[in-house]
Amino acid sequence: MFTDELGQGGIAAGGPDNSAGHHGGTGESLVQLITPGGERVSHPQYDAWVQDVSDEQLGFLYEDLVVIRRIDTEATALQRQGELGLWPPLLGQEAAQIGSARSLRDDDFVFSSYRENGVAYCRGVDLADIVKVWRGNASAGWDPFTVNMATPQIIIGAQTLHATGYAMGIQNDGADSVAITYFGDGATSEGDVNEAMVFAASFQSPVIFFCSNNHWAISEPVRLQSHIKIADRAAGFGIPSIRVDGNDVLAVMAATREALERARHGGGPTFIEAVTYRMGPHTTADDPTRYRDANELEDWAAKDPIARVKGLLERKGLLTVQLEARVAAKADAVARQMRAGCINMPDPEPLDIFKHVYSTPNSWLDRQEDHYSRYLASFGDPAGTHSEEGAR
Amino acid sequence: MTQMTFARAINSGLRKSLENDPKVILMGEDIGTLGGVFRVTDGLQKDFGKHRVVDTPLAESAIMGTAVGLAYRGYRPVVEIQFDGFIYPAFDQIVSQVAKIHYRTQGAVKMPITVRVPFGGGIGSPEHHSESPEAYFTHTSGLRVVSVSNPQDAHTMIQQAIASDDPVLYFEPKRRYHDKGEVDESIDPATALSMEKARVVAEGKDVTLVAYGPLVKTAKDAALAAADDGVSIEVIDLRSLAPLDFATLEASVRKTGRLVITHEAGQSGGLGAEVAASITERCFYHLEAAPVRVTGFDVPYPYSKLESHHLPSLDRILDGVDRALGRPNSLSGLEG
Repeated sequence: MFTDELGQGGIAAGGPDNSAGHHGGTGESLVQLITPGGERVSHPQYDAWVQDVSDEQLGFLYEDLVVIRRIDTEATALQRQGELGLWPPLLGQEAAQIGSARSLRDDDFVFSSYRENGVAYCRGVDLADIVKVWRGNASAGWDPFTVNMATPQIIIGAQTLHATGYAMGIQNDGADSVAITYFGDGATSEGDVNEAMVFAASFQSPVIFFCSNNHWAISEPVRLQSHIKIADRAAGFGIPSIRVDGNDVLAVMAATREALERARHGGGPTFIEAVTYRMGPHTTADDPTRYRDANELEDWAAKDPIARVKGLLERKGLLTVQLEARVAAKADAVARQMRAGCINMPDPEPLDIFKHVYSTPNSWLDRQEDHYSRYLASFGDPAGTHSEEGAR
Repeated sequence: MTQMTFARAINSGLRKSLENDPKVILMGEDIGTLGGVFRVTDGLQKDFGKHRVVDTPLAESAIMGTAVGLAYRGYRPVVEIQFDGFIYPAFDQIVSQVAKIHYRTQGAVKMPITVRVPFGGGIGSPEHHSESPEAYFTHTSGLRVVSVSNPQDAHTMIQQAIASDDPVLYFEPKRRYHDKGEVDESIDPATALSMEKARVVAEGKDVTLVAYGPLVKTAKDAALAAADDGVSIEVIDLRSLAPLDFATLEASVRKTGRLVITHEAGQSGGLGAEVAASITERCFYHLEAAPVRVTGFDVPYPYSKLESHHLPSLDRILDGVDRALGRPNSLSGLEG
C-alpha cells in the first residue's frame, strides 16, 4: 500500500518521482531544455528537434503561453461573476499545451480532455466557443471538423480510444497525419486508456498518447494512480515513451515533434508523459486547500512555465519593451474578445433541446417535441421563446 | 429467391454493404480468420482483406471506442459483440459516446455505427451467453434499436442499419441462426420496408400479440395453435424496438381491443412495459382488457436446465392470450 508521503515504496531503483512536492518533476530521466531559471541547457538527443526554433518563434511561444494563461484567468473571472457555470483551470500547464499543440499540422487530429483549452486556442477555436460549454449554451462549443479537434471529453480517458480509432482510419486511408490524445494522470488508471494502448500497439497506429501528469486527479495524488513513473507503463504495451518536463515549452515541443515524425513514418504510437502541475483547483467548484499542502504550490510556482521562457528571452536579450507590449496587447485583446463573445452569446431556444438527437426524424421524439411545443404555446407564446416562469 | 440460413442471410447482407461502400469496416473478436463464433462473417476477411474485416484484441470498450474514432474519420463501422452478455464493458462507450456525440456536436459529427449483438437464450449455454439486454439501449436516447426475426429481414435490415447515419443496435436471435428461409438478395434496402416499421406477420381479429426477434416464430406458432381453438390472433413483429412503430400497434389494437406482449427479457422496465403504457395512453377507450405481458422472469438468466421455464413458450403465450380474452387461465380467480 502507500508507504509514506512520497509513496513510492522503493519499487524502482533510481527513485520514481511521481509524487507531488519536493521531488516532483525533476527526476534525472526528465527531458529538459530550459531550466526553471531560464537557462537553455543542451540535450544530446532532443536539441536537434528544436534547432529550427528562431528567436522570433520563441517570442511567439512566449506570447501563446501568456495568452492562454490570460484566457484561463478571464474564464475563471467569468465564472466568479456568474457568467459561466463552471471552468476547469489550466494554470501551470501552459507549456505542456502550447509545446505540443504548436507542433501539430492542421491535418492532425486532436482528442482532448476538458482541460486542454489552450490547445483549442492553438487549433483556432473561436474564443467564445471555448467557453460556450461552460456557460451552458451547448454540450460542445465547435464543429470538430473545422479545426480538426474533437470537442472536450468529460468521461475520463474515453477519448484515447477515439484517437486510436481515428488513427486506424488514417492508416486505412494511407495518409501521414497523426491523432493525438490528451489526458491526465488520473486517466491512466481507466480501462479505456489501457485498452487504447493495446489497440494502438497491436495495429501500430499513428497516435500520440499525451499524458499531462499534473499530479492531481481532483483530490487524488498521482501516487494513488501509479507506483512507477507513468511513462514507464508504456513499455509494457510495447510503446516507446518519453518523460518530459511539462513546464518547459521547448522540451515538450521536441518530444512531440519526435513522436509525430515516428507516427508519420509508420513507427506507430508514442507515449509522452509531460510532468507538470495543476496550480489551480480541479474546477472552479473545487477547494484544493482541503487536500494539498501550500508548500507544494510554492515549489511548483518556482518552476513556472512562463517565467522560464521569459528568463530565457531576457538572457538572450530578446525581452524588449516592444515584445512585452505586443504580448500584453494581444492578451488584453483576446480576453476582451472572449468576454464579449461570452456575455453576448444568444441563449438557446427551448425547442433546441430536441435538435440533433438523431440525424433523421424520430417518431418518438417528434411527438414529444410536438407535445411540449403545445404546452409552451398554452402560455400564449407560440414561439416558446420565454421560460416557463417568464410566460406565467 | 434463395433458400438460406439466418446466419447466411446476415453474411450476405454484410457482403453487399462491404461491396457497396468502401467506408464500411467490420470489427470484432474472431470475426476474421475464424469467420465469427457463429460463422456470420465467414469468408468476408478473405474476400475484403484484414483492413476491412478486422480481428480485434479482446476489449469490448476498445472495439466500440475505436469505432467512434473511425466514424470521426468518415468510416461506417460494423461492430460485432460476440455474445449479448459481453456488451457491458462497452456500455459506457455506447451510452456516453456513440449515442450522444451527434447531439453533443449539434449534428456536426455523425455516428453511423452498427452494433451487431447475437442475443437471447435457448442454446444451452453457460451464464452471459443468453441475455436480452435490449431495454438498456431502447432507454438510451440517440440510439436506434432493431431486432430481426427471419432471414429476409436479417438480410435487408443489416444493410439498412449500416446505411443509417444514426447508430443502430442490431439484435440477432442466436437460436434462430440455423433456421432457413427464402431470401431475395436483390431487394433494394432503400426501397424495402423501413427498419423503423413493424410488420403484421399474421392477421387476426381477437387479440394483438406483439413479439420481436426469437419469439416471433413462437408467436406465429401460437397463433396457428389458437386458430384451431377458434381464437384469431394478430401477430406483430416489432422489428424496430426504438423507436417503436406505434401507428401499426395502434391500428391493430383498435381492431382487436386486446394486447399481449412477449419477450425473453425480464418483465420490469422491459419493452413490454413501454408498449403496454403507450398503447394504454393512446388507445385506452379501445381496450377491452388490461394489456398482458408474457416475459422472462426478473431473474439473472438461469442455468440451461431451467431455461425452458424462463423462456416464454407457446403454451405460456397462449395462457397470456386467454387472460387477455377473459377466458379461464392459470391466474383465473387472482386479483390484479
